[in-house]
Order: sequence, then structure tokens, then C-alpha cells
Amino acid sequence: MGQYQSPCLVLCMNTLITVLFLIFAALILTSAIMTVTVKNIVHAALWLISSFFGVGALYLLMEAEFLGVAQVLIYVGAVSILILFAIMLTRDLEGSQNRQLTPRWWIALIVPAALFGLLIVPTVMTHAWQLPPPPPAGQPPAISGAQQIGTAFMREYFLPFQVAAILLTVAMIGAIVIAFEERERRRRVLTLVEQVRLRQRQQQRQQPAPRPEPAATAVQTSEATGGET
Amino acid sequence: MPSMTEAVPLPWVLTLAGALFCVGLFGALSRRNTVGILLGIELMLNAVNINLIAFWRYLEPNVVAGQTFALFVITVAAAEAAVGLAMIIAIYRARQTVNADEVDSLRG
Repeated sequence: MGQYQSPCLVLCMNTLITVLFLIFAALILTSAIMTVTVKNIVHAALWLISSFFGVGALYLLMEAEFLGVAQVLIYVGAVSILILFAIMLTRDLEGSQNRQLTPRWWIALIVPAALFGLLIVPTVMTHAWQLPPPPPAGQPPAISGAQQIGTAFMREYFLPFQVAAILLTVAMIGAIVIAFEERERRRRVLTLVEQVRLRQRQQQRQQPAPRPEPAATAVQTSEATGGET
Repeated sequence: MPSMTEAVPLPWVLTLAGALFCVGLFGALSRRNTVGILLGIELMLNAVNINLIAFWRYLEPNVVAGQTFALFVITVAAAEAAVGLAMIIAIYRARQTVNADEVDSLRG
């Protein structure tokens, strides 16, 4: 702790943190703007992953380690893969030559721009935030970490925790039910045994068996029942 | 010990989150592709999470509520992405399109 007391070093560290914040902010905003403007939807998903990484780095910078790791695991690992799979499964038949934006996209530009310029920035900049006083020098600030989060989930947030678990289960079942294809409409993939039987049946149909018909069917049914059991 | 609370003022972080939210809102409003709309919604949810974490870190660093709420938002976002993408796949299977303008059966 002693080395941090020198004012020059503190200034250097603060400058470093400021520069890091600006870099992450630029990464997040650039990736987000590319996500909403780029033509190819696969590229948009990849820019979204880059933006997720920037947000995770920002969490780490704000000393929320658990959130940073959860961000990378859940968003980068799961959600973006899900999005990429959905894009691949729903390839646009007309190709990517057609317009990606709605015809009245400038209205959609005006609304968020006005929201940002007229509401968010003036409110945020003029409001007097009552920041708590910094901790006394040489004493680390009391920051709740992963251990406190785990304790809170088991104590005061126990019911919301269970509700979130049920929500995830319901969402998983719902996603399977919604995206499920009925058996008749699905193109069936035959197993190896089924392929062999199908070929045998086709060959029998092509060349009529020299043996009498009932015997052949009896053999076939015995084979089929043997295979089933 | 230098930390982000001394180096970066809170309004900067909130402005970043607001800008990210507005970019996501633009994406959700202007895209024709339904997957693109979902990408915009994910950006907006991330902006909300940045806000929650910033308020937690700057105003109440010793209370877990900020991080807990952010975790719940991540949970709901994951569920929303799963169900939304399943719906997109179902719509694509039924109508061979992912264009939001062409899915207008409920239009009056």
C-alpha cells in the first residue's frame, strides 16, 4: 500500500484508468454502431460480440469481477452463439442485396438522437450526484465481491433466485416447443439398420423372389421383430 | 489506492450507457431483419447493465443490490434471446422469411 501514497504514482494510475475507460468506451460505441448499421447480419453479430467484450472489460475496470466473467460466459459464450445459429438457420432466400433498414429509418434515427441529446445528456450532466466520501487513505474501500453476491443470493435474494431458475427452465422448454418441428414434416435421417433393410426391400421388389411369398414374408417379419427386440 | 471512481467521473459512464442505449434503440427500430432487432435489444440491455454497475460502484459499493440486479437482467436477457430466436426460427419455417415487414398477419 505504501507505494500508492506517492502523488505522482496516483496521478499516473488515474491517467491510465481514464485512458483505459476511453479506449473501452470507443470500442463499445464503435462496435455498437457497426452492429446496427452494417449490411451483412453475420458481421453485425460479430460486431455485437466485440461490443460485449468491451462491456465486460468495463465491468472489470469498475471492479465487478464476477459480472465481467459472467458477461463473457453468458453473452459472448452463449447468447452470441445462439444468435449466430439462428442467423445460419434462417438464411435470407433473397440474399443480402435487399435493404437492411426500414424505408423510414431516419425517423428511427431522430427518436434515439433526440432522446440522447435532449434528455439523457442534460439530465446526467446537470444532476448533482451525491457521491459517498472516498475512503481514508491507506484503507481499501469496502466493495462487495463474488462472496457477498453468493451470500445475498442465499439470503435476502433467495426467492428472486428461485424465480430466475424457474424462468430459465420455462424459457428453455418454451424455446424447444416453439422451434420444434413435427415429426411428419421433418426429413427423416435413417439409421444404418434401417438403410440396410430398405435396400433389402428394394432389391426384393426389383427381383421377385424364387421362393414362395409367404415364407419370405415370414422371414422378414421374424427379422423385423428380432431387430426390434 | 486509485480506482475508477476517482479517475472517471460518474456522468461519463452514464453518458456512455445512454449512448449505447440509443444506438441499440436505433437498431431495434430501423432493422428489417428480425435477428437485427434482437441484436439492438441486446445492446439496450447491456446499456442498462452498465448503468446498474456504475451506480453500484459509485454510489453504494458495499451493497450487493446493484450487481444482483445486473445478474437478474443478464438472466432475463438470456431467456429472452432463447425464446426470441426460437420464434424467429418458427416464423422462418412457416413463412420462409425473417423480414419483420412481411410478417403482418395481425395487421388490421
